[in-house]
Amino acid sequence: MADHARAETLALRVQFDTAEQQKDASTLGMWIFLITEIMFFGGMFAAYTVYRTWYPTVFAVASTSLNAPIGAANTCILLFSSFTMVMAVRAGQLGRQRMIVFFLVLTLLFGFAFLGVKAVEWKEKFDEHHIPGQAEFHLEGLPATQQATAQLFFSLYFAMTGLHAAHMVVGAGILIFLIVHARKGRYSADYYTPVDVAGLYWHFVDIIWIFLFPLLYLIDRHLGK
Amino acid sequence: MTGNGHTHIDSTKTYLLVLLTLLAATIITTAVAYVDLGPFSTVVALTIACVKMLLVALFFMHIRHSTKLTRLVVVGGLLWLLILLTLTMSDFLTRGILGVPGK
Amino acid sequence: MITTAVQEREHYLNASYGLKSWLLTKDHKRIGLLYLATITLFFFLGGAFATLIRVELLTPQGDLVSSETYNKLFTMHAVAMIFFFMIPSIPAVLGNFFLPIMIGARDLAFPKINLLSWYLLVIGGLFSLFAMIAGGVDTGWTFYTPYSTAYSNSWVIATALGIFIAGFSSILTGLNFVVTVHTMRAPGMTWFRMPLFVWSNYATSLIQILGTPVLAVTIVLVFVERVFHLGIFDPARGGDPVLFQHLFWFYSHPAVYIMVLPAMGVISELISTYSRKPVFGYHFVAFSSLAIAVLGFLVWGHHLFVSGQSLYAGLVFSFLSYFVAIPSAIKVFNWTATLYKGSITYHTPMLYAFGFIGLFTIGGLTGLFLAALGIDVHVTDTYFVVAHFHYIMVGGTIMAYLGGMHYWWPKMTGRMYPEGWARLSALVIFLGFNLTFFPQFILGYLGMPRRYHAYPEEFQVLNVLSTAGASVLAVGYLMPMIYFIWSLRYGKIAPANPWGATGLEWKTSSPPPLHNFDGTPVVTHGAYDYTTVMGEEIEVG
Repeated sequence: MADHARAETLALRVQFDTAEQQKDASTLGMWIFLITEIMFFGGMFAAYTVYRTWYPTVFAVASTSLNAPIGAANTCILLFSSFTMVMAVRAGQLGRQRMIVFFLVLTLLFGFAFLGVKAVEWKEKFDEHHIPGQAEFHLEGLPATQQATAQLFFSLYFAMTGLHAAHMVVGAGILIFLIVHARKGRYSADYYTPVDVAGLYWHFVDIIWIFLFPLLYLIDRHLGK
Repeated sequence: MTGNGHTHIDSTKTYLLVLLTLLAATIITTAVAYVDLGPFSTVVALTIACVKMLLVALFFMHIRHSTKLTRLVVVGGLLWLLILLTLTMSDFLTRGILGVPGK
Repeated sequence: MITTAVQEREHYLNASYGLKSWLLTKDHKRIGLLYLATITLFFFLGGAFATLIRVELLTPQGDLVSSETYNKLFTMHAVAMIFFFMIPSIPAVLGNFFLPIMIGARDLAFPKINLLSWYLLVIGGLFSLFAMIAGGVDTGWTFYTPYSTAYSNSWVIATALGIFIAGFSSILTGLNFVVTVHTMRAPGMTWFRMPLFVWSNYATSLIQILGTPVLAVTIVLVFVERVFHLGIFDPARGGDPVLFQHLFWFYSHPAVYIMVLPAMGVISELISTYSRKPVFGYHFVAFSSLAIAVLGFLVWGHHLFVSGQSLYAGLVFSFLSYFVAIPSAIKVFNWTATLYKGSITYHTPMLYAFGFIGLFTIGGLTGLFLAALGIDVHVTDTYFVVAHFHYIMVGGTIMAYLGGMHYWWPKMTGRMYPEGWARLSALVIFLGFNLTFFPQFILGYLGMPRRYHAYPEEFQVLNVLSTAGASVLAVGYLMPMIYFIWSLRYGKIAPANPWGATGLEWKTSSPPPLHNFDGTPVVTHGAYDYTTVMGEEIEVG
């Protein structure tokens, strides 16, 4: 029976009847949000699929201009961050408040590391004149007739890694928000849902990168040898 | 039994094992890229990526313990991405196959 | 004038006062009304552009405005109407207000996100409004590349940004509805006891969730191409403008189902109530809503038949486009069967429902003509297409919207609208609508292109008829604006169930209390159970 005079708590807002109902709703909500993100990135994956199918050689040559070992290392950094993130959620399940903060901070640091490496990679592209739309654009290993098409690869590279990086920045903001609240003791075994759903978001951004890495960095690398 | 099925808390060991598998898969996919597998290069790369995605989803995102509804949502999202990619490519893969100008 | 009863009882409108209590509300009913105000403003804005278009088209020469200005007029008419009126309309006003009540919930799952959705619509609207005032955008609401990315000198980015932001409003509303239906149904409210209005909004929400993000990323790509000169749609760099069209229409075709599905949901409620019969084939109608949502995603290439898309893809999309008509037809048959041996009354909402069924059928059938490749080659980009979609969106959705507004007005406001004036305006709207848009079918078939501000002399008579119809239609739309506002002060006090309808919203008072019910309802029977005594059978007429 609904008691409208019931005081609202974090774990049980007034529109819900039980804390479990609220947790179910929050989790379902985040999963639905993640599939909107699948479709959001999906548009760019569609563009990528079209142009890689149409211009396989150009894409392969352009891909070799990216640093695969750095990309792989960055992938590993993000995988570590997913590990620390799920450990933070686990700490929430156990109600270990200091551990929540510890692992959230580690996740944030790994996230910053990833973004730092990304920034260095982008700077490298600027220095090598691989920026689409620039007059000085030139990709070694391709004849003059294919230079314009090579810009397609880099357009997708910047658009996709840029969109991914933007999601990382938002994720970092969310982590900071969580850390501040966690330090104030807001989360417990009864209520750690924000950490849980933020974790889902973080893992999703990781999964996007899991696909971006081979699609952008590893196209027919054997040709480059 | 909560909707999330979180009566079950995975161990640190489980998560570490998954992490190590993911790291290994990353190294493998990078190394394999330097081997000439012809058209299978892409297949292998995407397969490894899918395996990594499954590991993250099942273990880190707890789909292993989730409700059927959650799994339906995830499958639905992936299916819709497939619709976008497949029907779009149905155009781009068939340009000019009829030998008729402009088609 | 008896107002004391209403004034004494506390309900959602008088529970708190002041601007902050509205702008910071978490009450889904108030948020529905906030949306009502916003979309009505944009309806007038879109209508103003339509007026200018129709006045220009009175004469064959382009003599009222330049062609550049005319391009802006039809672009801004569509942007205002589609993104800031049609897409929010029924879900964000009627859905927000009634979905929780219909399933026995106290509010949506995420009330603060609901409020955020409204603010996003307003902010997006302000961006687009700024673009319109600052000089307008002339690319067509379809923003085709490379014109939008490389050549247009108009306010493309600002408009696109406004649409992008409004898109998130739509996504969050859809997300809210889906979670609410899954997790917050009252005890005994099984899926197949829910009103069909809920099913329709649920299906609509699925489309909003799955489709809108693709529009969003497409806008991002246009943005980066226009601002940073990346080359994704640039033919000079091997890009394909048709790719833009694929990505754009992947959303924009399902978008038309976002616009019509909620309307169909309203019609199910109206037909049932004013026939005093359960909707015939409830399960078929419910599953048809889902089928429309799914199939609607498989047909977008029919907008690309003459774009340079491969013939093979054209065949596939044409074939699939025929299928999406089937669930819509099933609904029309089921509504008709509902009428059979029903106890029919002709209140205003029912008049709108009849109008919908007739006009939607015409619009839908002409869609089948367009799905045929051979016919489409001749009538694409002509007024035939313009007539087709206006029959569905205006003859269909807007009629259903007005029907729903009249139907639920007593519940939302506690006042009855004046039945005589309402019936008259329904008739004026029906006549005005047909006079405006039927000539356009003929014009299109005869070859008049769309988006042209000048046309051959021989088309003038039909254009004059169309403009005359538009002025009648405008009068028809103004009438409810006036008497609805009038009714807030002078309308008869509404009882809890003026129509003798079934449904949880009629079991609670008019207007509803703050938390919708005075206790969580327990549901023991289906949605259209006219056999058990539901509410009091107060004056029906």
